[in-house]
Amino acid sequence: MARIDVNHVRHSYLPNPRTDADFALREVHHTFEDGGAYALLGPSGCGKTTLLNIISGLLHPSHGQLLFNGRDVTKLSTQERNIAQVFQFPVIYDTMTVYDNLAFPLRNRGVPEADVDRKVRETLEMIDLASWAKKKARGLTADQKQKISLGRGLVRSDVNAILFDEPLTVIDPHMKWVLRSQLKQLHRRFGYTMVYVTHDQTEALTFADQVVVMYDGGIVQIGTPAELFERPRHTFVGYFIGSPGMNVMPVAIDGKTATLGSQRIELPGAPKAGSGAIELGIRPEYVRLGRDGMAVSISKVEDVGRHKVVRAKLEGRDIAAVIGEDETVPAEPKVRFDPAGINIYADSWRVEMGA
Amino acid sequence: MEKTWNNKAWFLVLPVLVLVAFSAVIPLMTVVNYSVQDTFGNNVFFWAGTEWFEELLSSSRFWEAMVRNLIFSFIILAIEVPLGIFIALNMPKKGWGVPVCLVLMALPLLIPWNVVGTIWQVFGRNDIGLLGYYINALGIDYNYVQDPFDAWVTIIIMDVWHWTSLVVLLCYAGLVSIPDAFYQAAKIDGASRWAVFRYIQLPKMQRVLLIAVLLRFMDSFMIYTEPFVVTGGGPGNSTTFLSIDLVKTALGQFDLGPAAAMSLVYFLIILLLSWVFYTVMTNYDAER
Amino acid sequence: MLELRNVTKTVGAAEHIRDVSLTLQHGSLNVLLGPTLSGKTSLMRLMAGLDVPTSGSVWFDGQNVTGVPVQKRKIAMVYQQFINYPAMTVYENIASPLRVAGTEQAKIDKEVRNAAALLKLTPYLDRTPLSLSGGQQQRTALARAIVKNASLVLLDEPLANLDYKLREELRAELPKIFAAAGTIFVYATTEPHEALLLGGNTATLSEGRITQFGPTIEVFRKPADLVTARTFADPPLNTIVLAKKGLDFLLDGGVKLPVPAELSGIADANYTIGFQPHHLSLERPNALAVPVRAKVTITEITGSESFIHLDFADVRWVMLTHGIRHFEPDEVVEVFIDPRHIMVFDEHGRAVSAPKLAA
Repeated sequence: MARIDVNHVRHSYLPNPRTDADFALREVHHTFEDGGAYALLGPSGCGKTTLLNIISGLLHPSHGQLLFNGRDVTKLSTQERNIAQVFQFPVIYDTMTVYDNLAFPLRNRGVPEADVDRKVRETLEMIDLASWAKKKARGLTADQKQKISLGRGLVRSDVNAILFDEPLTVIDPHMKWVLRSQLKQLHRRFGYTMVYVTHDQTEALTFADQVVVMYDGGIVQIGTPAELFERPRHTFVGYFIGSPGMNVMPVAIDGKTATLGSQRIELPGAPKAGSGAIELGIRPEYVRLGRDGMAVSISKVEDVGRHKVVRAKLEGRDIAAVIGEDETVPAEPKVRFDPAGINIYADSWRVEMGA
Repeated sequence: MEKTWNNKAWFLVLPVLVLVAFSAVIPLMTVVNYSVQDTFGNNVFFWAGTEWFEELLSSSRFWEAMVRNLIFSFIILAIEVPLGIFIALNMPKKGWGVPVCLVLMALPLLIPWNVVGTIWQVFGRNDIGLLGYYINALGIDYNYVQDPFDAWVTIIIMDVWHWTSLVVLLCYAGLVSIPDAFYQAAKIDGASRWAVFRYIQLPKMQRVLLIAVLLRFMDSFMIYTEPFVVTGGGPGNSTTFLSIDLVKTALGQFDLGPAAAMSLVYFLIILLLSWVFYTVMTNYDAER
Repeated sequence: MLELRNVTKTVGAAEHIRDVSLTLQHGSLNVLLGPTLSGKTSLMRLMAGLDVPTSGSVWFDGQNVTGVPVQKRKIAMVYQQFINYPAMTVYENIASPLRVAGTEQAKIDKEVRNAAALLKLTPYLDRTPLSLSGGQQQRTALARAIVKNASLVLLDEPLANLDYKLREELRAELPKIFAAAGTIFVYATTEPHEALLLGGNTATLSEGRITQFGPTIEVFRKPADLVTARTFADPPLNTIVLAKKGLDFLLDGGVKLPVPAELSGIADANYTIGFQPHHLSLERPNALAVPVRAKVTITEITGSESFIHLDFADVRWVMLTHGIRHFEPDEVVEVFIDPRHIMVFDEHGRAVSAPKLAA
């Protein structure tokens, strides 16, 4: 396993990039710690797959440097980097048995057959496919095939990192839960360095210790799931994480008070907001619906089973609130903002709350 | 995919059925009719029963031609299939090279068969042919008109030149349908070039390859025009294939009865072999 | 009104659809929910007339349309893949069904612009589909389905190939678009979450059978059997087989789970108890709740919620709690089962009761 340093890496698919817009990946400078579980999260075209392919060596960056445990691997091929990767669509060797699929990477490297057998059997146990060893791989279900793809990485004791490129896309919802928790257990037990690319916030947040949120070729925020949820650095993070995303509304700030239309909202502190467009962000989970506070008109209540999403208008703006499964909307609904969930943004970037 | 069930469909395919009846079923029945009778023209027929078939199956001339055909088809497949795969593997998969290669590959396929024959007939002549002349100039004794071996080499090279493209195009279609992720995964697994071919490319090409082999086998087994133009079946009988023998019998000697029996046997062989191929292919599909 | 009467479809030896009867009303949104290969696409093909049922019949507004091919019926389909004419502009793509129908130019223009406005495509009318994002390409396909003024619109996992957030946006707009149209909408999905967000009616599918059909939230809250409950649960449904004795279900370690009052009459036997992950809690929700001790296998945190995977006896449960809760693997925790929210299934998997709805 390895620590991975991404040093000022930029990449363009064009031969002579000039402006920032020519870069699929603008400056990325980050260290993936040894044994960490990371997710690269963002919409399509944000550069997350480009970054993953640069780490795996399928792509060589136009600028910058990549270090594995301090060793420069920028110029090395995928084979020489010793990484494992699981792709969106399961890649298996159709004509081989499950056993031979797992043995393949070892045999390619000339490992003695006795060691191959031992490692393959261990790995089959790890991915729960021991009873399938003799079966032809093409007859398996999508989730089993995806486990084989993963197994071909796990079987090598010397892998530096395991990379995942939207590995659960073709998996049914129920199996996603099973696979995800198995992945997490493998990570805990064996301490692999794992990097997981996805556009699905639930997958990213549940899998990773650190989530790297990417947008338009750059990193917007790196943090734990809790940090991304409670303190989004940028309104994009607020929007992209959470379902529904954060409510963002333009306000005027005066000391510890924000003014939204005719409403005054008490803030937990005085934000150090300079100039620029000032906005208040609050997640639907922190909007309290009740009999006191600011008057709203309800447009719709969505019952999604474990909770309800209330869509309402506050001062003419759309706002969402989440209420419990058994809660109901009062006759003259009003909302309050829980101060713990309030963030202030200047030109879309979060500003610190002063005393 | 299933089709919508509709009675009108039968009505719509009626013209095709009529056409097939006139172009295939009725001539076939005529051939069956001829094969069991003897005729000297003038519409006078004598019942011959299975005589022509017995004669044919015991004639060494027929078996020799048959063996020639099988050897020819075998050599053709043994050269064209590996060569076709090799060329397909080395063709560019993207960029401007793709259309260029595809057009180059398609060119021989666009030339009419008798023209192909004529081209090689002239090309290989040792007096005025570019190829024949220079081979002789190099001190190699080459003369396809006199030497059976040279005649075979000429016909095989001609067929390879003419038809390898078909195998290439089919294999190429199979290859470009393989997603990039497979190659990337193979790199990561440290697979050698051979392993990539053996475990990714070959399995993915298997189906088109079966079709290519089937088409090339049937075509080469029925080969007529090119050797007829180039060698006329000679020297001696060395390049007299079943089809050439058949035409000689039917038109050269005007033995319609034996010729009809021969074409039926010929037809049945091709039918049988095609059926074997079909079964193999559908079994393979069912297994998936 | 679209009616399927005892429809069966077999292909070779495989039964794709088994004895499905279903009635769909005009102006309704109907979700077909089930895992891959449960028969969603097969059923849609039968509804559309792309396939003919092996037995049974399909009726539309009182007319038997079994065997009437798709071209003769006013049907629109949208697929998981973004299917548009690549060489035409977005405008021409949307106009294509109207052109085929021979609509006059002025009307075409009006309809296309309306649909484009509804689906936020107005700025892209002169572009070709391939120059657009996936979301916009699928909006184009949806707009085409809408202008067709079809009597039946079939959507086969239309959002599956889109990003999570795009999915969320389009999913929120779809019911509004559909509500105005007054046609029958059928929407296939593998995701329970999506069915709940769309609302309308839901038919749950399993192995080619419809296990239940009704208003979405009712099917979710009161599944008729265990298969439906499992199909309609994400995270997966927690279950355990328990013996009922007298007024209690017996749990390991002498813990008793009281039988809900309205079920007190059922016979003593083994029952499968099911409950949703958010009905398992770390704090006692009410006086009736029963504590059990379970071993943590893994904790997943989404920022606002935590999914805690637990081993209890020989079964695996998931608990969904608000906030961030960290537990080490193998830690033993006390969790509460709320008897008001349990579902009870008999040995054949049929529901003996559904949990009481809280107001």
